[in-house]
Amino acid sequence: MTFALDHIGLSVGGTNVIDDVCLTFEAGSLNVLLGPTLAGKTTIMRLMAGLDRPTSGRLLLDGRDVTGVPVRERSVAMVYQQFINYPSLSVFENIASPLRVAGLPSAEIESRVREAARVLRLENLLQRLPSQLSGGQQQRTAIARALVKRAGLVLLDEPLANLDYKLREELREELPRIFSATGAVLVYATTEPSEALLLGGATATLSEGRVTQFGPTSAVYRDPARIEAARVFSDPPLNELAVVNQGGAVKSADGRALGRVAALASRPDGAYRLGFRADAASIGPPSPGALSFEGVVSVTELSGSESFVHADVGFGVWVCLVEGVHEWAPGQTVNVNVDPARMFAFDGQGDRVRARSPAEVAA
Amino acid sequence: MTSITLDHIAHSYMGKPKDDSGYQLKPLNHVWEHGLAYALLGPSGCGKTTLLNVISGLVIPSEGRLLFGERDVTRLPTEQRNIAQVFQFPVIYDTMTVAENLAFPLKNRRQPRLVIEKRVAEIADMLDLTADLNRRARGLTADAKQKISLGRGLVRSDVSAVLFDEPLTVIDPALKWELRSKLKRVHRALDLLMIYVTHDQIEALTFADKVVVMNDGRAVQIGTPAELFYQPEHTFVGYFIGSPGMNFLPAEVRGARAHVAGFEMALGATYADMPKGRNIQVGVRPEFVAGTRGAGLPAQVRRVSDLGRKRLAYVSLAGHPLVATLPHDMESVGETLNIAIDAANTHVYLDDVRVAGRAP
Amino acid sequence: MTAKPINNRAWFFVLPVLGFVLFSSIVPTMTVVNYSVQDTMGANNFFWNGDQWFRDLLNPTTAIGQRFNDALFRTLAFSLTCLVIEIPLGIAIALCAPRKGWAVGPSLVVVALPMLIPWNVVGTIWQIFTREDIGLYGAALNGLGLHYNVTQDAISAWTTIVVMDVWHWTPLVILLSYAGLRAIPDAYYQAARIDGASRWAVFLNIELPKLQKVLVIAVLLRFMQTFMIYTEPFVVTGGGPGSATTFLSIDLDKIALGQVDLGNAAAMSLVYYLITLTVCYVFFTIMTQLERRRDV
Repeated sequence: MTFALDHIGLSVGGTNVIDDVCLTFEAGSLNVLLGPTLAGKTTIMRLMAGLDRPTSGRLLLDGRDVTGVPVRERSVAMVYQQFINYPSLSVFENIASPLRVAGLPSAEIESRVREAARVLRLENLLQRLPSQLSGGQQQRTAIARALVKRAGLVLLDEPLANLDYKLREELREELPRIFSATGAVLVYATTEPSEALLLGGATATLSEGRVTQFGPTSAVYRDPARIEAARVFSDPPLNELAVVNQGGAVKSADGRALGRVAALASRPDGAYRLGFRADAASIGPPSPGALSFEGVVSVTELSGSESFVHADVGFGVWVCLVEGVHEWAPGQTVNVNVDPARMFAFDGQGDRVRARSPAEVAA
Repeated sequence: MTSITLDHIAHSYMGKPKDDSGYQLKPLNHVWEHGLAYALLGPSGCGKTTLLNVISGLVIPSEGRLLFGERDVTRLPTEQRNIAQVFQFPVIYDTMTVAENLAFPLKNRRQPRLVIEKRVAEIADMLDLTADLNRRARGLTADAKQKISLGRGLVRSDVSAVLFDEPLTVIDPALKWELRSKLKRVHRALDLLMIYVTHDQIEALTFADKVVVMNDGRAVQIGTPAELFYQPEHTFVGYFIGSPGMNFLPAEVRGARAHVAGFEMALGATYADMPKGRNIQVGVRPEFVAGTRGAGLPAQVRRVSDLGRKRLAYVSLAGHPLVATLPHDMESVGETLNIAIDAANTHVYLDDVRVAGRAP
Repeated sequence: MTAKPINNRAWFFVLPVLGFVLFSSIVPTMTVVNYSVQDTMGANNFFWNGDQWFRDLLNPTTAIGQRFNDALFRTLAFSLTCLVIEIPLGIAIALCAPRKGWAVGPSLVVVALPMLIPWNVVGTIWQIFTREDIGLYGAALNGLGLHYNVTQDAISAWTTIVVMDVWHWTPLVILLSYAGLRAIPDAYYQAARIDGASRWAVFLNIELPKLQKVLVIAVLLRFMQTFMIYTEPFVVTGGGPGSATTFLSIDLDKIALGQVDLGNAAAMSLVYYLITLTVCYVFFTIMTQLERRRDV
């Protein structure tokens, strides 16, 4: 079943908390809502579940308008960031609870619960109480409860945020597999770009209640359509630079010539913003074709096999990701090279500007 | 400026346990050198918070001595230990402005007003809080509040150690970078001993000069981030550090070659004979297992994961699951992939502990 | 797909309660409203009086208006006195109550005991307690040389009623404050210790701000109860000596049932009700607005 949000908006006390959101989720797809806290991820999920009513727009299930349908009648399951389980019921009863409410026969309940427990590796823990389980086991119980409902729409609101780093890695790999067999539409909210990349599927980047881009995750990552989408989808944060374009020759805001950026070659002159991710920069002597900037190292962070160099280049502090372990001392002057082909150009409105093909230029 | 010494520190909730398993914190000897930044890294329940609480005074260890410099402070109450602590969620005084929050510890110690003002201005400048000094603390964002919590600890000039208990938990990923680099700069500027508890390896490895990896109440390895990455002494360190963690293959090691069921591979050193029947594994990080167009071991590709700045291939080599890194220029991957394993960065583990080999 | 069935049968269970509320609350209230705009001696002879009763009541120059004013003033003074004593006392005792260990349960039960006693029994207890011949309290005070006589001395009567209310209802404030204090995470106390804060500074900067929401409830509840107080002073002093402790409720009782002056009594009770409602509404709105503004 496909689920669509058609110009959904939510107004609270005069302000647009959610603004004109249009998204279509295909059956059996994994969709990620990526954005910082308070961007509207939880609000959108609540609207999809039917816990809140949108002030404008429609929710469409297979083309049918289900906006006014109360949550009890919707086929939806939700897993939260806090491990939410009934504290006085055993794991078995917790997983069985939605089936008991629906009034299914005991034999059916038994088999479905055992199947879900098997998938989530909880078979040995079925008689325990949630208080006797670790964080990861409690969250797996909550996920099993969502799985057993066989809902058409499964909403996961940062479900792994309260778990340890390594546990998160493991569960993250399992989640898509667990739900893909049910053919449900899976919507996963997260603040971390790396989670979106690891999960794959399709990603919607959210900023202040608006969807800035929606598409296959790799495409949104490599080809952001707006500067907000690029910012949200960068970890370390996007390095930015305000420039003035003159037929492809780019000058910094204070008039210094920087080089040529192909993406701006056939674009009108004016003010633009360039952005690039940490791994597009390298440290070394100026190389031909690259834009070079002199910077003072403020701090170097080593993470195992990579080094993050924070360099103050005069108009901001940039983070450069360099392979290997390099210790540049604070205060040291280094030269930052940036490959213009890996830079994103954005115009004054924040829209992405790409190089025009010769055919477009000719037209 | 003092160093902190742990002398046979151990903690158990039930007196003196009969064996190791009764300990919350197994016996540990370590010297925290002044001026260094340390991270306590480990999964939930590994004892890192207990260890931090022993140092801060919230927990009195059931065994051992804690020394600040030469002074035995094992039973000394927290407020007399000259430490500062930053908690998981921001702890600020709601009714006061930012400046009053920062001045609070000095006011309680009856410092003269001019000294207080000067110190507050210094610390606010260091943490970029100068613009907010006169605002009410409770209206600020989470990261500003954490900076205030940190500032309150730094404002006292007699602080010998700053302890952090997972301080970035409530901070957004984008702001974590800023706050982390600020912490590092503060560390350099003030030359304080800092101990940082976390379960997030990126935080630990980027912040610390030395990392203490803990598991199940025990300190498994203590080393620099590079040492932990390139030479994990224990399979747990290999697994826990690195995303994803180390690949492990059960093997038989003879001389400078390892025999895994189904294939053979070269090792970077020569190893003495190992006793039979024990758990012998070969470990190599995905960063050193590369997909290659040239010669290599043939593997079946299960799935490719695009992480933006690198791509990982989850493969099966003679039935063993492995994670390999794909080079940037390898655009597409078919069903099979040749992989090359860097022998120099392959380690041998006997019963989970690394075995040192001789140079070949 | 499993759908949750929708079951509206539960509404039928609500009907009897609805009927009961109608019978015991709404119908009598409307009767009072009816009386307040009519002139009647209760014998089913009704003469329309419009708002005359209200006009007389709110005009301090008339006899009834003067009487209402005095009673209102006495009640307000009583409320304020009790609040000023009970809130700080309640918080202070809550701060001393044990938070961990075996003593928590028993101490909370002991603290709550005075609240569990039926209100007229409370009155009776204190009535005997304060007698100068056989009452411990009365005899002790007189033995100490203080001139204490509940039935003849206005000051003695007032102090006795205040003390009785404090004894009876401070436990409510204690329990509410205790719950509020227990909700404060440990990290705040730990941070305060590290900051070297004194006990008083901890109270002022951590505990009091975090108790704010609880205190709003406590003040609201205590104000409403002291403003409406009837049983206890009635049993102990009967409104005397003279009219020294005649609060609004007692006065109402005298007018309505004693003098069977239903019109005046009805008007008075409605005005009484509206005053209570208005004060609580204003207080609550101010407190929540302050909360909201402080968060900005």
